Amino acid sequence: MKNNKWLVVLIMMLVAALAATGCGGKDGDSETIKVGVNYELSGDVAAYGTTAKDAILLAFDEINEAGGVLGKKIEAVVLDNKSDATEALSVATKLVTQEKVVAHLGPATTGATLNTIPVITEYKVPLITNSATHPDITVDPQTNKTREFVFRTCFIDPPQAIVGAEFAVKELGVKKVAVYYDNTNDYSKGLYKVFKEHVTALGGEVVAEEGYVESDLEFRPTLTKFKQSGAELIYIPGYYEKVAKIVSQARELGIDVPFLGADGWDSPDLVEVAGPEALNNTYFTNHYSPQDPSEKVQNFVNAYKERYGSIPASFSATAYDAAYLLADAIKRAGSTDTEAITKALAETKDFDGITGRFSFDEQHNPVKEISIIEMVDGEQTLKTKIAPK
Amino acid sequence: MKRENLLIGILLIVFYAAVFFATETGLIPPYYQVNLYLMGINIIAAVSLNLIVGFTGQLALGHAGFMAVGAYISVILTMKLGQPFLLAVLAGAAAAFLVGILIGLPTLRLKGDYLAIATLGFGEIIRRLLDNIDYVGGAAGINGIPKLTNWTWLYIFTLLTIFIIKNFVNSTHGRACISVRDNEIAAETMGINTTYYKVLAFSIGAFFVGIAGALYAHYFFLIQPATFSFMKSFDALVMVVFGGLGSITGSVIAAVAVTFMNAALINFGTLRMVIYALLLVIIMVFRPQGLMGTKELTFKRLFGGKERGGSANVNDKTSD
Repeated sequence: MKNNKWLVVLIMMLVAALAATGCGGKDGDSETIKVGVNYELSGDVAAYGTTAKDAILLAFDEINEAGGVLGKKIEAVVLDNKSDATEALSVATKLVTQEKVVAHLGPATTGATLNTIPVITEYKVPLITNSATHPDITVDPQTNKTREFVFRTCFIDPPQAIVGAEFAVKELGVKKVAVYYDNTNDYSKGLYKVFKEHVTALGGEVVAEEGYVESDLEFRPTLTKFKQSGAELIYIPGYYEKVAKIVSQARELGIDVPFLGADGWDSPDLVEVAGPEALNNTYFTNHYSPQDPSEKVQNFVNAYKERYGSIPASFSATAYDAAYLLADAIKRAGSTDTEAITKALAETKDFDGITGRFSFDEQHNPVKEISIIEMVDGEQTLKTKIAPK
Repeated sequence: MKRENLLIGILLIVFYAAVFFATETGLIPPYYQVNLYLMGINIIAAVSLNLIVGFTGQLALGHAGFMAVGAYISVILTMKLGQPFLLAVLAGAAAAFLVGILIGLPTLRLKGDYLAIATLGFGEIIRRLLDNIDYVGGAAGINGIPKLTNWTWLYIFTLLTIFIIKNFVNSTHGRACISVRDNEIAAETMGINTTYYKVLAFSIGAFFVGIAGALYAHYFFLIQPATFSFMKSFDALVMVVFGGLGSITGSVIAAVAVTFMNAALINFGTLRMVIYALLLVIIMVFRPQGLMGTKELTFKRLFGGKERGGSANVNDKTSD
């Protein structure tokens, strides 16, 4: 009994000691510019958060090596939000009020980002997310006003569909398209709607449209219908697991028309499931292509590969852009005052990033080129880049 | 005895005033304020789950589902129907209570593992339902909830939860619940309607965690079905087991300790969860009955223990 009591006391002391050392170690000096990095480093979407964080740290190291910003080094304060929206708010509060960061990068997901917005707005600290695509992130749905302190470096969904439609009608020259979308997913339904509108506006025609659900495995009946409708292109705004099955079943049925998709296709598993053969003559819209021959992109891809041993995914590229964009904004603001940085961010014009040259529109969404990726024998190749109008 | 209650009352008011003053003047930095609120919400969740798991002995894992019901109903009332906060919280809790009865009636006929799986399933059903109701935003949830939970509400509801559940446990009904836990067959032989008491404890637990959900929603701006995944239920269960099955003060201490650990270890990055898990393993290995076992932390235990000698502690159950 007595021993146990002591044990409990001991454990409590241990925790307190850990906490004390944890707090004591991070005393910042004014020689550095502190930037908060609030990402999903453990939990459900740790894969997204970790690649984003890796790219950000790479970018900051490069910037610091090149002399830093305003003569100071950037110091990243990296904290894990456990893929939990509540925790994201707690982390943001710590970053903003205790670490006194001048800007806040992340989180990766929409829910977590939404939850940090009240805090960063209250303390007027700018936030840049690299992968939260929901419209509500930058625009308050209740007042329809742009959120002053929130920015993102990824494009939102509608431009993808606009570019997709333009590519289909103008570059591939098709008139009749079929759409096969995920009926249980807002992302897919949103893309489908915008794509249909723009194809029609460009003089094309949607000759067949069908929805599938998450649990579907058999797509042949619908695909046969598409074949009979005379569609010259099939648009599938879905995720790679289903896309792979749909494409391979379509090729089995002898459907040799091109397929077109969106960034949900971007996964090595796509090739693994569908096979390189079936994926020839398929395209999808994406944030960037690691095959982009531009020197900037290749430097980034090589540096990332050297440090982390893998090809950077799309959201690594947008995170890398977020880090550079922030450094650029601090430079332009000429100070580390958070409101000055926010103002500079809002005025961003023709920022030259990995994922294209971009400016912010009045809703703080980047207006930039979208890459069209073509699958050639199982390899992603950059077909073209189109800016949405 | 009465003097002791008076003393507790004064201490509680002093604590309330001290924290109120400290938050108003910024003596407690905002980061710790967030965790203070989490502590209160966790205390309510842990104590209410303890009533079901610790005192009635029913291993239920659907606690997050009831929290979701409380959160969503209260938010609908404040945001969409413009009702006052207090009414919204109580309505959320009442809704959770009703859902508790609905779910409790069929599932509480099961025992042990089977009950755990069934309640886990029901918790997930609630989440999936919310995922597909467009009125409450589907999977994206409701965002921009007004921040109505303040220290006063949090404190009042936390105290009320502890007070009511403590008194319930010490009442005839509570004793009946404990008898169900200790030996269901014996309890039934004695004429106790075991199903009734199981459902009663279950729905009372649901009622209070509904309050926790409402307080949570009105402090954290955003609720999504994903927020109330079974991991939330497990978090509450960890606190209950950590504090001691059948000890209200144990649950309170555990909720405070777990929240504090989580906040204090934040600088360790991804190592945080490893350290946290390791601490739990150590505690469970050396104190399988939890911090408090089935005993309560009382004033007598704190200040009177020494004079009466060590052995008196062991049998000293809730004597206040």
